Amino acid sequence: MFIASMIATAVLSFSGVVLEQNEFVTSAQEKPASTAEVKIDNFSFGPAAVTVPVGTTVTWINRDDIPHTVVSTEKVFKSKVLDTDEKFSYTFTKPGEYPYFCSIHPKMTGKVVVQ
Amino acid sequence: MAHKTKDEILHDHNNDGVDRRGFLKCMAWAGTGAFCVMQGGVLKSYSMSRLAEMNPQNMKGELSFVQISDSHMGFNKPANPDVAATLQAAVDKINALSAPPEFLLHTGDISHLSKPEEFDSVEQILKSASAKDVFYVPGEHDVLNDDGKQYHERFGKLSQPGGWYSFEKKGVHFVGLVNVMNLKAGGLGTLGNEQLEWLEKDVKHLKSSTPIIVFAHIPLWTVYPEWGWGTEDSAQALAYLKKFGSVTVLNGHIHQTMQKVEGNVTFHTACSTAFPQPKPGEAPSPGPMKVPAEQLRGVLGITDVNYVAGQHALAVVDSSLA
Repeated sequence: MFIASMIATAVLSFSGVVLEQNEFVTSAQEKPASTAEVKIDNFSFGPAAVTVPVGTTVTWINRDDIPHTVVSTEKVFKSKVLDTDEKFSYTFTKPGEYPYFCSIHPKMTGKVVVQ
Repeated sequence: MAHKTKDEILHDHNNDGVDRRGFLKCMAWAGTGAFCVMQGGVLKSYSMSRLAEMNPQNMKGELSFVQISDSHMGFNKPANPDVAATLQAAVDKINALSAPPEFLLHTGDISHLSKPEEFDSVEQILKSASAKDVFYVPGEHDVLNDDGKQYHERFGKLSQPGGWYSFEKKGVHFVGLVNVMNLKAGGLGTLGNEQLEWLEKDVKHLKSSTPIIVFAHIPLWTVYPEWGWGTEDSAQALAYLKKFGSVTVLNGHIHQTMQKVEGNVTFHTACSTAFPQPKPGEAPSPGPMKVPAEQLRGVLGITDVNYVAGQHALAVVDSSLA
């Protein structure tokens, strides 16, 4: 994450010329958090299985014209119903396999593998 | 939103993309319900979309009702941007019947997203129907987010805590079942043990000559398991109905008419009043079909005619009006 940059500005007037000096002090940029996206379309999760490192936030986005849900088979996470273009995110903090399905159309299944 | 008269939907007042042509397009395929009539213990089922061709003399019987299904109030995608208009059109057809039906059966997916305003709209539109009683069963779209709490509060007054119930009308025993709760990953519709036990008790005392009509959202026969079009434990339910001479099963969910006869049981599925879905396996997924107008008649799938006249006095007929 960025910390807001501190800006020091000195404006000097000299012989009708305006000089502007900007001094930026920026913090060292942190490593961005790992993310992954699963697209819901045509009554399927794509990709149906994703493998991600611990700490990854997986975002599901519904690109279908029918609502779907994302529900962990082992009740680890559960989305509200997602209408077209709505999203659900969950951050995986422990390694393991996380099977999930759409509770409205249970033939739709997927899996997140966290390493 | 509800339209009060047909004329209003002939113009695009709401800027919702439904002009006269669009509306007629929708109506060409939108299933408008099934008119069901018991005649001498025989259930006949007619597609309401071809009502104008019906001979009123053929529609008289000891009991008549209309099945509507899958109104998906709140759906607004290109397959049908105005599902309120098509539901209203179904009601207009019901009201045009020469003899009003005794009641309506709604086989689920009343709403699209279980929103209160969606349920409100359907109830409001159905209030204008000539038949005042409406018997509902939930679809999976009616029990989103709250495990069906809202559905049960609105529609479950007659029912067992799980939402299932039965009632008698003129000697016919009706059973409304719920197969959209607690669905398991990879599975089909489910009735569950508690409901099955109730069903067994519910029909035990009935004479085998009693006509039975079972209605539920997801088909109680396996239409296409790859798309989840079936119910895991329906065989157990049907086993309890074996002793009866005439059993009719009415379902929705698949947005097209299909029928099948198996021994004493005739299965029907009804069209949606909202949008059609593809025939099993004929598309990559069961999503809404956006069909060109010239193909729409075919989508209705009501050209099959079955006439079943068995040894029994009771049999089931399903007729198209072609």
